[in-house]
Amino acid sequence: MTALVGTAMTGGYGGADILKGCTISVESGEIAVIVGPNGAGKSTAMKAMFGMLDLRVGSVLLNGEDITSLPPQHRVQRGMGFVPQTQNVFTSMTVEENLEMGGFIRGDDFSDTIEEIYNLFPVLREKRAQPAGELSGGQRQQVAVGRALMTQPKVLMLDEPTAGVSPIVMDELFDRIIDVARTGIAILMVEQNAKQALAIADRGYVLVQGENRYTDSGAALLANPDVRRAFLGG
Amino acid sequence: MEAVLNALVLIGNYIVVPGLAYGSQLALGALGVTMIYAVLRFSNFGHGEIMSFGTMLVILATFALQDFGLSISPLPTALLALPVGIAGAIGLCLLLDRYVYKFYRQQRASPVIYLIVSIGTMFIIGGLIRFIIGPKDRNFADGERFIMKASAFKANTGLAEGLAIKTSQGVTVLTAFIVVGVVFWFLNYTRTGKSMRAFSDNEDLALLSGIDPDRVVRITWIITAVLATIAGTLYGLDKSYKPLVYMHLLLPIFAAAIVGGVGNPLGAIAGGFVIAFSELAITFAYKKVAAYLIGDGVLGDGLLQLLSTDYKFAVSFMILVIVLLVKPTGIFSGKTL
Amino acid sequence: MTKHPNSPTTNAKSPAQMAPTQRNLLLFAGMAALLIMVGVLQSWNVAFSILNMCLISAIMALGVNIQWGYAGLFNVGVMGFAALGGLAGVVVSMPPVDAAWAAGGLGIIMGLATGIATLIAGMMVWRRGQSWGRWRYAATAAIVISGYIFIRSLADPSVAAIEAVDPARTGYLGGLGLPIILSWLVGGVFAAAAAWVVGKVSLGLRADYLAIATLGISEIIIYVLKFEDWLSRGVKNVNGLPRPVPYEVDLQANSWFIALADNLNLPLVDASSLMVKICYALLFTVVLLAVLWLSETALRSPWGRMMRAIRDNETAANAMGKNVTKQHLLVFVLGSAVIGVAGAMMVTLDGQFTPTSYQPLRFTFLIWVMVIAGGSGNNWGAVLGGFLIWFFWIEAEPIGLWLMDVVTSGLPPTHWLRLHLLESAAHTRLMTMGVILLLVLRFSPRGLIPESRR
Repeated sequence: MTALVGTAMTGGYGGADILKGCTISVESGEIAVIVGPNGAGKSTAMKAMFGMLDLRVGSVLLNGEDITSLPPQHRVQRGMGFVPQTQNVFTSMTVEENLEMGGFIRGDDFSDTIEEIYNLFPVLREKRAQPAGELSGGQRQQVAVGRALMTQPKVLMLDEPTAGVSPIVMDELFDRIIDVARTGIAILMVEQNAKQALAIADRGYVLVQGENRYTDSGAALLANPDVRRAFLGG
Repeated sequence: MEAVLNALVLIGNYIVVPGLAYGSQLALGALGVTMIYAVLRFSNFGHGEIMSFGTMLVILATFALQDFGLSISPLPTALLALPVGIAGAIGLCLLLDRYVYKFYRQQRASPVIYLIVSIGTMFIIGGLIRFIIGPKDRNFADGERFIMKASAFKANTGLAEGLAIKTSQGVTVLTAFIVVGVVFWFLNYTRTGKSMRAFSDNEDLALLSGIDPDRVVRITWIITAVLATIAGTLYGLDKSYKPLVYMHLLLPIFAAAIVGGVGNPLGAIAGGFVIAFSELAITFAYKKVAAYLIGDGVLGDGLLQLLSTDYKFAVSFMILVIVLLVKPTGIFSGKTL
Repeated sequence: MTKHPNSPTTNAKSPAQMAPTQRNLLLFAGMAALLIMVGVLQSWNVAFSILNMCLISAIMALGVNIQWGYAGLFNVGVMGFAALGGLAGVVVSMPPVDAAWAAGGLGIIMGLATGIATLIAGMMVWRRGQSWGRWRYAATAAIVISGYIFIRSLADPSVAAIEAVDPARTGYLGGLGLPIILSWLVGGVFAAAAAWVVGKVSLGLRADYLAIATLGISEIIIYVLKFEDWLSRGVKNVNGLPRPVPYEVDLQANSWFIALADNLNLPLVDASSLMVKICYALLFTVVLLAVLWLSETALRSPWGRMMRAIRDNETAANAMGKNVTKQHLLVFVLGSAVIGVAGAMMVTLDGQFTPTSYQPLRFTFLIWVMVIAGGSGNNWGAVLGGFLIWFFWIEAEPIGLWLMDVVTSGLPPTHWLRLHLLESAAHTRLMTMGVILLLVLRFSPRGLIPESRR
């Protein structure tokens, strides 16, 4: 069963529609990447699947279950994780406290999960007692991802995780994301750095003006001369 | 040697001891203000009146207890009556939040609007208090007045200067210590406390994490009400209770919160003591101390006061204004927004 | 970026209402009716007393409204500026105390000069030292502290000498002995000067910090007035300020007036008292109308439109090259000047300068209720608010007493509840003000006379 699929999504923030019948899906353990020019509706599509905006038309299914009418908090409970682009950590709280807050809705003892996250992101274990605001950009992103993973989601959505990060850190972040995907979680990512993102993507969606323009595997899109010319700089 | 000891005792008696007591009271008040600021993001001008309200209930309960002949001497009976005041203050705060502030939260109003609203609540609570208890001065301290009398000190040490410690001062410092400890433990070691810090840090992310905003707001008001009642009662025990007094305390309390870094609990505590000690140290007449240390009349005939005692309250305002202009985020860098 | 409540996008559609001017006229007529009722039911003297203070409050509310409505500046230091206006009353109109001037005048002048020099030097160092890092703080502090020490050493002996000159009756420098009506202008100047300094240093602060800063500064101003006896006798107060209108006793001795009182069938004493009040009322009304006309003209002018554009979207205005800080300072100074004028008028009316009467509650916060309830951003609204709120502040006690009387009329006269309620009726006015403020903010945030879209 597809982990997450948003079908024929149409809607916007109140006025004109930003999304026009867009479809995105991702399987467990798969990395799906949404790329496209500015204003194409990439972040909007992801936010729509998370419930942060209402869809006029279309539906969102999580593991076959229709969650179209659920608010974001409920979708988190159902197994979705979301890493916002900015302000995605509690800067005044320590790394460990950030993770604890990530697991807030869980009623059980989540120290095992914290251990798993430290295994996934070793640098976080090192800095567990440091306030998240003091970490470097790349480390903060890892805290942000770790925080979202605390609820043991089936689907993890990341909004431009490598925005404003140096190339080396970006590579490292993508490595971590691959590690996360290997644990069986479905990853959906919006990215500006299209080339590098598509290189690790199992599935790629190129959105233009709220519609699917190209849909294929990451490698195929990278090889596609039209895509390269239009979005990847030749 | 004796001269130095005498000088130290003078400073201890007129600056250190009162400073610790007054500083504790300000610290507790500032802690309440800072928590509202951190979580609800506005400066609550009604805080002084909440303190006054809680203290008023404590006083009425104390009178009742005294009428019944209950006493915990040498400690003041008011301590027994504290829970009544606290309960009442909590009720008041929750009512105010539900029927006044909640509307503006839903409107996402600007901080200035909240401030004006809090001025309205200040008027209402102030009027209510005067309505219930009248504007007169009330003295409700009982029990042993002094832990250490100046005369006893002089007799025991043989020094010329005496150090007096009032029971209310001792109670204040001890209570403040305990209360602050509890609040810090709560904020740093409990799930709810951490969730409040998270909410204050990044509201959107906190909501995303499933933290219930209504619960956080409720608990903030409850903690504030508790702190306000205790601070007000301690102040009232130390000095005396008059409904108007707490409005005058508002500025030193805000000064303490802002100096320490508004929104930062540690800052509120530090700020309280900074303000208290500054007020006392800057308006103290160092004439006698200088006499002990350097000899009489060496520095002239004057009282050797930086500022006259009349300006005691003005000192906190001056520090406040200077901090606002020079470093609005305060010593511990609280929030500016 | 916080939005001003009167900004176009933040308000819901205004309720259906008759043409604004009609409605406003009705509101003002209602206000007049209230005053007439007081005149009939209580006494005309009381009605005119209230009217005079209403006029003064209206002018103060206007001043505050200029700052809030035009520029969104939240000034909680109204009390301080009003007090400075009152100080002008003393400084302009009281006769100089020659003995005091001889004893310490020079020292005071040198002290003041040093003070101004220190202030300027401090501000210059602060401004120039942007790149000095920590040293900037140290240098400014050094200048301020050494300046302070200088002032104290220069002025302290003079202060003592001045205050020693006949302390029971004077003990201060006195004034210039000029007509007191000049002080109304001078009061505005004093307040404007103070506002310039305050504004220069604190207008960059966020709205609620500005509020706290202005509150603190005004408390400092009051403290100085309370404790610098050489200036205005401090808490000993200055009584017997000269008047711009005749004295009652003079009227009572005037044959024309006696005849007038006779014709109107009024007792002479009451009539003279009433006449004095009417004279004041006329003077105050002239000032109010003048200030109102000036404010409205300014509002309608291109400058006024620019100010409101800045208020509604500061970032855009900045981007367009408007010097926002300068405009804010101008508005702050103008508004404070108006408050100062009102302060001088009030001291003239009272005939005395009482520093201890400047309480934040009575002054600053009450004026804010006036502005909010009347219509923040609208000058006419501020005036109406001034009238209405002052009226209820004064009348709350008699109305409250009457209400309590009615409510407890069933109880025996010595019943504790009845006695307590009657005694506490006086305190209902605080609660009433708070309730009015909250009700207006909740249900009619734009006030009785909202700002009109132009």
